[in-house]
Amino acid sequence: MDILYLLIPLSVLLVLFILGGLWWAIHRGQFDSVEQEGERILRND
Amino acid sequence: MNSSEQAVYNDSVVRQFSIMAVVWGVVGMLMGVIIASQLAWPELNFGIPWLSYGRLRPLHTNAVIFAFGGCALFATSYYVVQRTCSTTLFMPKLAAFTFWGWQLVILAAAISLPLGFTQGKEYAELEWPIDILIAVVWVSYAIVFFGTVGTRKVKHIYVANWFYGAFIIAVALLHIVNSAAMPAGMMKSYSAYAGAQDAMVQWWYGHNAVGFFLTAGFLGMMYYFIPKQAGRPVYSYRLSIVHFWALIFTYMWAGPHHLHYTALPDWTQSVGMVFSLVLLAPSWGGMINGIMTLSGAWHKLRDDPILRFLIVSLSFYGMSTFEGPMMAIKTVNALSHYTDWTVGHVHSGALGWVGLVSMGSIYYLIPKLFGRKEMFSVKAIEVHFWLATIGIVLYIAAMWIAGVMQGLMWRAINADGTLTYTFVESVKATYPFYVIRVMGGLLYLSGMIIMLWNVVKTAMGGQTVTVAIPAPAHA
Repeated sequence: MDILYLLIPLSVLLVLFILGGLWWAIHRGQFDSVEQEGERILRND
Repeated sequence: MNSSEQAVYNDSVVRQFSIMAVVWGVVGMLMGVIIASQLAWPELNFGIPWLSYGRLRPLHTNAVIFAFGGCALFATSYYVVQRTCSTTLFMPKLAAFTFWGWQLVILAAAISLPLGFTQGKEYAELEWPIDILIAVVWVSYAIVFFGTVGTRKVKHIYVANWFYGAFIIAVALLHIVNSAAMPAGMMKSYSAYAGAQDAMVQWWYGHNAVGFFLTAGFLGMMYYFIPKQAGRPVYSYRLSIVHFWALIFTYMWAGPHHLHYTALPDWTQSVGMVFSLVLLAPSWGGMINGIMTLSGAWHKLRDDPILRFLIVSLSFYGMSTFEGPMMAIKTVNALSHYTDWTVGHVHSGALGWVGLVSMGSIYYLIPKLFGRKEMFSVKAIEVHFWLATIGIVLYIAAMWIAGVMQGLMWRAINADGTLTYTFVESVKATYPFYVIRVMGGLLYLSGMIIMLWNVVKTAMGGQTVTVAIPAPAHA
């Protein structure tokens, strides 16, 4: 199953990429005042 | 931007994709009814190769998933990303290219598949020149989408955009890896992988296409259009964030459940089963979050057929994301695999979740895009809703019964160890359920035709409007 030598590293890379995204979101204050964000889309069109 | 002219949303590409989603919906579902009829009455192949089941089946799956579903995703993502980021689309010419490029892909598929050009990979049959065009269009889509997010006028990125973004990135990765092939002529190529390796890549692609194309993308729709149509914020915004990260972290390894009891190593099959079971948690978290958005406003379901489309789609999402993990358990799979139960499961997700949530979202969009207060006929939306719902129930109930029956007949053995039934006996026993399925499909298709009529009437009675971008509301 040589294919796993491609797919598993690819998944690991992807998880690191997702972790990077999560880290970015947390440190850029994306989750600071989340409950108000749900309401904002209703005020604008 | 000239200060005397106000910035406006780029809705023309949204309009184009919305209309084509409905048109391709009718075409793809018609293909479905035709091949369902061929299974019940094989004479309908007419002995013509181009009309044979084997060639029309990939045409059906490509038309409903990538033409209908794809156009609905393009339309809604372009609409939602502009509204939630308070800005217009990044690189409008490239956005227009994604529309024409995607229609060209669909056209090429509609011609090449009946002619018999295929790579033979399920849900990725298209030959290499079309695969390259898909990759080009998809990268352009990513540039437009992420460019728009990058030039947003509000700090927070609304949760729907996270789902759409994950869908766009994942589909690019899956498509490029799975479609790797060595061309051997203009319309012929050989996969870069062989045998069980190819099967593994194929289902790594196949199930993640379910996860990211048919789930994450449409969850983006759900998180925008349900709150908008209900006039209430999503039940728990916090939960929606947990839903997103949990879903994308756990999805990647569910694919091997398509290959239980095959040449795939046993431990890989077990990994696939475990990951599939884990997925139940984020899926149901999201489903409950969407449905509970209506908490305290349940009465709106009584007279708002659009909201009914959206909420019922979530109940089918909940049903199929429960059924899926159960079917991924190896002992259950020993019964269900290769039977019509699998087909029923796919369609409870496809007709129930993907279909209904897209229809609800498009019904929300069309009047806004054509400057009307509501659809030409609200009554027709109501009729569509019931036709679709009854159609789905007929379809999936017939396939459940047929599937379990086939599984039991195939495994039944006599006291002396011989098989109780020949294969053709199970085919014969399935016939009535194939006929019921055709009826369910016909109902679903007729609902879609009513939708097309309603959309055309609404568009002709209205006019294309340009909407100015309002100043972002501060949280």
